[in-house]
Amino acid sequence: MDTVDGDIGSSGAHCASCGSVSCIGCTRTLDPPRFCPECGRRLTVAVTPGGYRARCRDHGDLASA
Amino acid sequence: MRCIQAAWFRRWADRSPGSGLLVFGILVRPTTVAPMSGDATTSPTPTTVTLSPPRRGEPERPEIDPSAARARIHAAETALLDERRLLTGEELAGLAALPDDYVTSLAALAHQVRLTWCGPEVEVEGILSAKTGGCPEDCHFCSQSSQFDTPVKATPFLDADEVLRAAEETKASGASEFCIVLAIRGPDERTMQRILELVPMVQEKTGMNVAVSAGLLTEDQARRFGEGGVHRYNHNLETARSFFPNVVTTHTWEERQETCELVRTHGMELCCGALIGMGETDEQRIELLTQLQDLDPTEVPLNFLNPRPGTPLGGERPIGAWEAIRWIALFRLGLPGVILRYAGGREVTLRELQSMGMTSGINALIVGNYLTTLGRSADEDLQMLSDLRMPVGALTGVL
Repeated sequence: MDTVDGDIGSSGAHCASCGSVSCIGCTRTLDPPRFCPECGRRLTVAVTPGGYRARCRDHGDLASA
Repeated sequence: MRCIQAAWFRRWADRSPGSGLLVFGILVRPTTVAPMSGDATTSPTPTTVTLSPPRRGEPERPEIDPSAARARIHAAETALLDERRLLTGEELAGLAALPDDYVTSLAALAHQVRLTWCGPEVEVEGILSAKTGGCPEDCHFCSQSSQFDTPVKATPFLDADEVLRAAEETKASGASEFCIVLAIRGPDERTMQRILELVPMVQEKTGMNVAVSAGLLTEDQARRFGEGGVHRYNHNLETARSFFPNVVTTHTWEERQETCELVRTHGMELCCGALIGMGETDEQRIELLTQLQDLDPTEVPLNFLNPRPGTPLGGERPIGAWEAIRWIALFRLGLPGVILRYAGGREVTLRELQSMGMTSGINALIVGNYLTTLGRSADEDLQMLSDLRMPVGALTGVL
């Protein structure tokens, strides 16, 4: 897998799974990121059989695998 | 996971003197329970073993006379392998009531039934959510419903290049089937046209059979899909008729049944799956099995609830792995000739027991990712099949 940002869940202020700034770790191994770690906005995520692509309206492509 | 010193185990030990329980392949007997803190006894030497307690909603199955249990299994074997007939709901209920110690026997029979009725091949499929989220329906397990506040953001229909790229990814994993899935109640005319353009494109580009899952269909839509080269159409019953109103209120079980019947009428193979673990009872799972027998689908994808944040079922726990193996076996025994496919939730439900599912009746897999969640890698699944000496091949209706 070609991970652009494998640490998306912990690299910003917001949790990539729930978008909260106070989350202490709800990320599930088999879930793609759903929230932008920078701004907490919901990501546009395309899951394909071999990977996924996550994009923030303001911060662009954030993660793929 | 909790320690067997937990109260429930002690209750079980008290109820079942002299009996045993298989824990990770080790027979644990109540006499090996460590004394509770404060117990006066100091022997035998404490042994700590951990195991999963029964989950909420999993029935406690009473002990049964071993000869009666063996007789039920033997009768099922005779019916399925010698008489080659379907089991009745009553026979299936008798098997479902067997205690946990008999799950391996059910699994062994299910594997033999699968080989006898379907052969050794395992079918590999990839699925793509071509239009994600924003669905007006309220299926309580689904993160793509617009009626629930879930993390899944609605996205429009992927363009043809993206769909073709995903199909090629799937083909590279050795798959023979590719399913285009849309989160919609049913297709409007524009969606119909997009799907009917994509199906021959994917087929021509990859050589794979193309399946579609686009919700409820009218008769005309079913006819057009059938004529348009859709090999298999997916429309799940999900659960028994009697339980369906607990999990979906925006359409009825009968509407789903009607679409399933239209699929068959118009020459497509019917893929009609189940979702286990939403709070339904054993009796309702048996009810679903008999309803699936009546519909006679080619394929049954078997999903296990993976509770999704924000959905009404988001607070549920996945069913236990051993319980999942039991129901994989029972689905094979109830539907001996179908393509029984591992679908969503298997990683979180079965964990290390995924290969055991393959020898309990499963003969098809969704490889790679699912619609909104990730799966384990296709390479891991292909290695598993190789280790099990199970050849990959295309399957079709064998009943």
